[in-house]
Amino acid sequence: MNKYAITIKDLHISYRTLKGFSIKKSLLKLKMSKSEVFEAVRGVSFNVEKGKILGIIGKNGSGKSTLLRSIAGIFSPDSGTIDLHGNSVSLLSIGVGFQNKLTGYENIFLSGMLLGFSEEQIKQRINEIIEFSELGEFIYKPVSSYSSGMYSKLAFSITAILETDIMLIDEVFSVGDIKFKQKSYNKMKELISDENRTVIIVSHSLGTLKELCDEVLWLHDGKIKQIGDPEEVIKAYEEFMKTD
Amino acid sequence: MKKFFQDIKKYFKYILYSTKSNLKTEVANSYLNWLWWILDPLCFMLVYTFIVQIVFKANEQYFPVFVLIGLTAWNFFNTNTNSSVKLIANNKSIVTKVYIPKYVLTLVKMFTNLFKMMISWGLILIMMLIFKVPYTLYMLQFFPVLIVLFVLSFGISTILMHFGVFVEDLSNVMNIFLKLVFYMSGVFYAISTRVPAPFNRILVNLNPIALIIDSFRKAFLGADLVNYRMLSIWLVIGLILSFIGIKTIQKYENSYAKVTK
Repeated sequence: MNKYAITIKDLHISYRTLKGFSIKKSLLKLKMSKSEVFEAVRGVSFNVEKGKILGIIGKNGSGKSTLLRSIAGIFSPDSGTIDLHGNSVSLLSIGVGFQNKLTGYENIFLSGMLLGFSEEQIKQRINEIIEFSELGEFIYKPVSSYSSGMYSKLAFSITAILETDIMLIDEVFSVGDIKFKQKSYNKMKELISDENRTVIIVSHSLGTLKELCDEVLWLHDGKIKQIGDPEEVIKAYEEFMKTD
Repeated sequence: MKKFFQDIKKYFKYILYSTKSNLKTEVANSYLNWLWWILDPLCFMLVYTFIVQIVFKANEQYFPVFVLIGLTAWNFFNTNTNSSVKLIANNKSIVTKVYIPKYVLTLVKMFTNLFKMMISWGLILIMMLIFKVPYTLYMLQFFPVLIVLFVLSFGISTILMHFGVFVEDLSNVMNIFLKLVFYMSGVFYAISTRVPAPFNRILVNLNPIALIIDSFRKAFLGADLVNYRMLSIWLVIGLILSFIGIKTIQKYENSYAKVTK
């Protein structure tokens, strides 16, 4: 049994050469425009133990979401390695691949399959998802007719019920009305407290992180500023943000 | 290459389901929308029949069926290549949120178009009855020609999809280029009789779409053997293009989500 679920070594991610270019522009300029380098994550290494919960904090634009997305496999790192030790991973965010003209019911299948589940697995859990989403009859209506709250409720329910070994959560505590918020928060807690599940949470609500996390990582300008006990790191972060 | 087949196996259910829902999406607005899958080729058939037979006074045998075959094959190639340029941008909600082998998106698109093309082929069979074109065993040649068309479209689409991510105005260039290919493919005229001697053979052999359209017509209208030698050459080229496309996508697909637009 491996002790770690996620191992990240010296991770660098930059948005560099990949700026789109157009034939028209290059014809007019006759030379390639110099591309700007923006390094979002510069040399981050850390481990997450199996079953642990890691919170990530940092001001806007400090590379939190980039880091999370690269762990989910959406970006490839420019250098460094991400080792998930064979665990399945999902990024919990709003509305993965929803087709607006299709019903919520069909969209559950589409997103579920995109997350790598088979049709049978989804069929087994679909009632649970519908029930959790509180959409009732609306589940058989096209997603385009949903209010934004209903939309995110459905998205949250899909990823929350179809569980993976590693869950990456990007700022989704503010879903739906107060009642659903409380419910999703409880569900989150239940999911997170599962011994075998490893979780990384990105959030700006420091109170939540203090309560849920085993460890907190403070990311500043793409580098780790501090990592360790939630109380300590959050305290230091709060002070830093006040003076900044 | 092994990864490609594993991916296809893994995502095959998704491809089918997504194709199905894509088709459903198109008919979702009104229940008569599927009628357009029939009306669209039918109306264009009438337009070209009018222009070519009445304005230009040309006289091909079974002209409406003749032009419908050309249009059907051309539409499949045209919509696939054209839409693949913007495929990643149009699927942004998927690409930026979950990992998916990007050629899966190409295949979903192609299967959707394949289904619509099959409706059109059904229409052709009906038209053949109406215009009293005899059904022959030569029509079975439809399947090998279709495979060449599919492989070639897939190869070109994957490569275009890759460049479409990085080159912003590729779709403008493609629009012009495809228009050129359209006129050079003999969609509404027979290259072999309309184009003077040495050029017609060159055109048919060098332009795969012209060759494919010509082959379909031979199978359905001419009751003749298709040119298997040229078709196999283009099949090999199609396979090579697909191979290049798959390799390029596998190498770069993870950076697609990064491209800022």
